[in-house]
Amino acid sequence: MSDKLLTGAEALVEIMIEEGVEYVFGLPGGSAIPIYDALVGRNVKLILTRHEQGAVHMADGFARATGKVGVALVTSGPGATNTVTGLFTALMDSVPLVVVCGQMPSWTLGLDAFQEADVSGITYPCVKHSYLVKDVADIPRVVREAFFLARSGRPGPVLIDMPKDISGATLRDIGHSEFHLPGYSLPREGDQAAVAAVAKAIKAARRPLLLVGHGAAISGASREVRELVEKMRMPAVSTLLGKGVLPESHELSLGMLGMHGTAYANKATVACDLIMSVGSRWDDRIVGSYAEFCKDAVKIHIDIDPAELDKVVKVDIGIIGDAKTVLGQMLPLLERGDTDEWVRQVARWRREYPLAYRKEGKVRAQHVIEELRALAGDAAVFTTDVGQHQMWAAQFVGSEAPRNWISSGGAGTMGFGLPAAIGAQLGRPGERVVAIVGDGGFQMTLSELATMCNLKLPVKIIVINNHYLGMVRQWQSMFYDERYSGVDLEGNPDFVKLAQSYGIKAYRITRPADVRRVLKAALAHDGPCLVDAEVEKHDNVFPMIPAGAPLRDMLLEPPRRKLDKPTGGT
Amino acid sequence: MDGDSNGIARHSLSLYVANKPGVLIRIALVFSRRGFNIDSLVVSATEDPRFSRMNIVAIGGRETLEQILKQLNKLVDVIHARDYSYEDVIQKELALIKIDCLPERRAEALQIMEAFKARTIDLAEATLAVEVTGSSEKLDAFELLLRPFGIREMVRTGKVLMARGAETT
Repeated sequence: MSDKLLTGAEALVEIMIEEGVEYVFGLPGGSAIPIYDALVGRNVKLILTRHEQGAVHMADGFARATGKVGVALVTSGPGATNTVTGLFTALMDSVPLVVVCGQMPSWTLGLDAFQEADVSGITYPCVKHSYLVKDVADIPRVVREAFFLARSGRPGPVLIDMPKDISGATLRDIGHSEFHLPGYSLPREGDQAAVAAVAKAIKAARRPLLLVGHGAAISGASREVRELVEKMRMPAVSTLLGKGVLPESHELSLGMLGMHGTAYANKATVACDLIMSVGSRWDDRIVGSYAEFCKDAVKIHIDIDPAELDKVVKVDIGIIGDAKTVLGQMLPLLERGDTDEWVRQVARWRREYPLAYRKEGKVRAQHVIEELRALAGDAAVFTTDVGQHQMWAAQFVGSEAPRNWISSGGAGTMGFGLPAAIGAQLGRPGERVVAIVGDGGFQMTLSELATMCNLKLPVKIIVINNHYLGMVRQWQSMFYDERYSGVDLEGNPDFVKLAQSYGIKAYRITRPADVRRVLKAALAHDGPCLVDAEVEKHDNVFPMIPAGAPLRDMLLEPPRRKLDKPTGGT
Repeated sequence: MDGDSNGIARHSLSLYVANKPGVLIRIALVFSRRGFNIDSLVVSATEDPRFSRMNIVAIGGRETLEQILKQLNKLVDVIHARDYSYEDVIQKELALIKIDCLPERRAEALQIMEAFKARTIDLAEATLAVEVTGSSEKLDAFELLLRPFGIREMVRTGKVLMARGAETT
């Protein structure tokens, strides 16, 4: 550094560069102008989005696809409040983000100045941590702490609220910062005695099952998971976000469990005598009834977050630690038990209850997705929105590697798919990125088509278009006497014409015979494109376990009798 | 959760937290999200200006409270949060109580006060203001005995606690 003073905004950008930031996603406004100014000519690429929610989801998709921290930069007031859904989405799925919000000058805070909002207050429940910077001298420490907090331990979004007078004030240098985080500690190794006890319990089990969650993906524990599964001949199920940690083509992978999981994954979960979760938080989507879940099985939980242990499922052995570290401790202690009959049983279920769908009649969403997965190949990165298409994609997009499956799990945020794909494509240039979206969710953030188009990103968007908010329609059809309320998406635009208006190549699928031909053409297209797949409007996702019901109540096909309303949430 | 096998009780927590703006609201949000009502809350300076101590008394289920403690400990600005309900610690609370008290009943009031080592802090023609210190239970009992006089106003500091001996809270 020279003797020249830097502004707070320049210090912020300087530290972003130091932290390795390549992209900043955002949309400026008055309070953020000093920071946008500091980005001019610097080696950080600014991605101008059309909406702040899109910016945060892009940063999120970038982070999930790369494992790096995603960064968004927005202005005060509505700019900041528009990030709330994105923050919540990232918090629920433990995604490392740093979101910087311009703020009105500090002397106006709390005085209802133009575009002044209590951003800290609004976002407390949606962040891992947050800062309101009140002294320019604090900027280097705050920004470095923010990146450290976002990516370490259980990752999550960190917000920095930066008043305009602070970003515009000057400081001498960014030097070295002492962190002041006395309340933040990171788990080291897992408790060795507990690890040994787990090794013993797995050996003793006859029907052990591994449950792989997002934590295993975040910690990069793919190799350890695979070694564990193969060494112990222990089948594995995964959560929605644990897909791909163990390649889904692996003979011991049973795919996703839970509400819309595979029948064989759920049957294995009901029948196992030991279940070990690595980096999952026993979400209600996979557990169904907490009282009934694996009632007689030994339950083991490995999690980096102490607050997850015994939160909803009481376990026999809990280990606090990073998935990769703890599995690394465990592997040398493991001795194989007798699981041959169990592995044969699981293989029988897989043959007897395969994922299936009706192929006659109109275009089936499952058909489109299955064909798309086959044509796109093992290395493709898939993002999804939320709803029926997401569950069909979870079922039919076999994932071979972590970070190739990007979906909003905990939050269930519609509108996530397209911006996440944009972020993923920037993070993984040269790789194939496919966004599978529904016609409902797509319309929540489709303004980002302009962002995608402007960057000439070759994202392939597949709209599973059933002209409905399909998952809600499914519930109304199954549990509410087909009293459809607020689910008919009458007034949808013509998605092909819409895409074309952005200069995006577009295709339409209307007949089963189109599926393969059109998808092939779309995937071969060198540039962004969209496929509008007009699918059967009334198909429902099966298997299905009604919310709150035990896994054994799984429905494999549309029920013939009227069902009671589910006891669990949504 | 399907069932809450969760004995309801009063809990006394002590938190050692970073002395930063926003820390109180972060802590309060952990309670309010679980529908936990805070009975009393004391935030005070400590021997080190970079930190504050909070004493919180809240009523709720034991299991829920254990979860709340974990979530409090997860907050970046919380150095530690502990439940001292089942431990022998030094506990004090102070109350100011103003009662209706005409001269003819003063002797009676003073007798009760003496039993509780309470002090007169304001004496007027028809009222008497009293200061009393002790465990929260002692203060409850004292309040009960003063009720027949007619309590005009009462304010309590909330419980503060400290570990005994060389142990730090």
